[in-house]
Amino acid sequence: MNNITEAYPVAPVIGAEQIALLEKLSNACAVSGDEGEVRAIVSEQLKDVADEYKIDGLGNVLVTRKAHQGDARALKVAVAAHMDEVGFMLVDGEDSLYCFELIGGIDLRQLPGKSVLVGKNHTPGVIGARAIHLTTSEERRNTIPLDALRIDLGLGGKAKIGDRATFATRFQQVGPSLVGKALDNRLGVATLIELVKHAPPNIELCAIFSTQEEVGARGAGVAAYYFDPDIAIAVDSTPAYDLPMWDNSENTQYNTHLEHGPAIYIADSSTISDPRLVRHLAQTGDTLNLPYQFRQPGGGGTDASGMQRRRGGIASLSISVPHRYPHTPIQIARLSDWQATTSLLYQALLRLPQDILTRPLDE
Amino acid sequence: MIELSPFLKQLLSLPGLSGHEAPVRAVIAEAWQPLVDELSTSKIGSLHGLRRGTGPEPRQRILLSAHMDAIGLMATSVVEGLVHFTQVGGIDPRILPGQPVTVHGRKDLPGVVAQPADRLLPAAQQGKPVSMEHLLVDTGLTAQETAELVRPGDLISFAQPPVDLAGETLSGHTLDNRASVAAVTLCLEELKHSAPAWDVWAVASVQEETVLGGAITSPFDIRPNLAIAIDVTHAKGPGVSDYRGFPLGEGPTLGWGPNVHPPAYKALKDLADRLDIPTSIEPMPRHSGTDAIGIQVVAEGIPTLVIGIPLRYMHTPVETVSLKDISRTAHLMAEFIARLEPDFMDKIRWDE
Repeated sequence: MNNITEAYPVAPVIGAEQIALLEKLSNACAVSGDEGEVRAIVSEQLKDVADEYKIDGLGNVLVTRKAHQGDARALKVAVAAHMDEVGFMLVDGEDSLYCFELIGGIDLRQLPGKSVLVGKNHTPGVIGARAIHLTTSEERRNTIPLDALRIDLGLGGKAKIGDRATFATRFQQVGPSLVGKALDNRLGVATLIELVKHAPPNIELCAIFSTQEEVGARGAGVAAYYFDPDIAIAVDSTPAYDLPMWDNSENTQYNTHLEHGPAIYIADSSTISDPRLVRHLAQTGDTLNLPYQFRQPGGGGTDASGMQRRRGGIASLSISVPHRYPHTPIQIARLSDWQATTSLLYQALLRLPQDILTRPLDE
Repeated sequence: MIELSPFLKQLLSLPGLSGHEAPVRAVIAEAWQPLVDELSTSKIGSLHGLRRGTGPEPRQRILLSAHMDAIGLMATSVVEGLVHFTQVGGIDPRILPGQPVTVHGRKDLPGVVAQPADRLLPAAQQGKPVSMEHLLVDTGLTAQETAELVRPGDLISFAQPPVDLAGETLSGHTLDNRASVAAVTLCLEELKHSAPAWDVWAVASVQEETVLGGAITSPFDIRPNLAIAIDVTHAKGPGVSDYRGFPLGEGPTLGWGPNVHPPAYKALKDLADRLDIPTSIEPMPRHSGTDAIGIQVVAEGIPTLVIGIPLRYMHTPVETVSLKDISRTAHLMAEFIARLEPDFMDKIRWDE
């Protein structure tokens, strides 16, 4: 008789319960530096599951699941998912009309005509635009500058300077899709919550629910220093620029495609993934017939950039759920991609070779 | 008793793009049914409600015209499951990226207006406001499903839910001009408590945003002695500081210019002042940009007035009005109508 059931718990499955949690996470407001609402959800989900649980000086939630029977040889794997989202901070104004700054990479062209939620009480507000009747055709050729926009709370509406704001979008499940704000990176947060609940017993799992990724991967970096892991993996959500080219020529710059499974990073502009980890994830996908795609090497960055160059260097990798319309009020991802990402990550960790870091980097 | 905020939100939730007003017409008809003696629909879809007056025959008639049509979008083609579109009414493409919409295909589909990444656009569009021809609606369905459910000509409505803001203000799409439809409805309700001498013809007109179709045709059927066009006007706020904007929440505007009958204007303005209903004078040097343009020149010509409800961010999905301004507009009209004597038009004089 062995205790294989305990040693190999059930793999995580993304179903109705997990989608409901994603909805809660997507609707929460947690702009970089103000991650409290998501932190509270993570805490509620994992406090009782964790072997160790703490909130560090930057607001990261650090959760440890020990290896089976405290195996001291088990590899220590940090997995980070950032809790923060892009958004706004009110910086000036009074009597219901507030100037605001952008936090994270937001395209100004996405702002006019949107509802927002302001501050801890989610006070509703809107970002308007001058009526078309009062604009000139010359004016319409230019993007409305940030200093011409206001967050309008209605007559006599009040907020505090320094309050954060997010788009007011509410999550929806539509056909095969997950539709909402901040899917970057609540998809990663939801994935990591499932991974912690179904921790692979062969490794020591150090989960980092990180802060301030959208303003420079600050949280994950210090958390990686704290954990001192053998391997660091960022679970994020990456753009799918898979729409047709305007002239219907071949789209060669798609970054990723929806419905092609998790995106494994080989290199982005701030991290070169450890090739051994890339090979291991791809082989796991090939062996188990799980879909995956390689993210087109190029721009962008994840929490991996904050973790890779800590201490003497940490073998790092990123894996992302693809989504369309990054950093806009409404993102679209496919449920199947999220399911496949969760499965691939879990299965790859479950099969992580004990000697992976002693193998040659180049094969 | 009609409660303004829920009624208005119900009106906002219904599609009714220019030329396709049936869904909203049905709900307005339901609200007007107990308030009028007769209801009918014009040949091109405007809703007519008649509240009979008590004056002697031939009885004088006043027409209240509030357009019920909405601006929106219309599908032009479906490419790889993404919907290209054009506009219905005047829309600044800069307010479109990231907007939630409903595509009225073989069934109603939620969607979002997608701005393709710069790398997928012609060089001249990169980093610039993206023109409508390059924007797309993504339904979140598979390419095949979307292709099966959406055809060129399908209407696309804005779908941003209305939001209550501070100070009894409401933000949402299509407050231009459902705010005025609500004002006319509240006016009819208030008139239940009086016996006006004049016949009151309430009209929820069609196609204002595109061709003034309703404004031009309903007065021909009704032949009013006096008409009031009720529409929204620009409120002061971000982007509007000159004479074309009026304070939000400080009462309706009374239009003044060639589109407006001067003696009737004076009578309305005097009454507002007597009743302490705050109003602003809205200079309309050339025309009013409302149903009044159409109404004024129907048949042998119709004396016309314009009342404006100040609104911020017109023709965006976050148009913002003050509920008080809507109630005041309704009350002013009801008081004006209740006081109209059978010989009102004979007694008012041009100020020569």
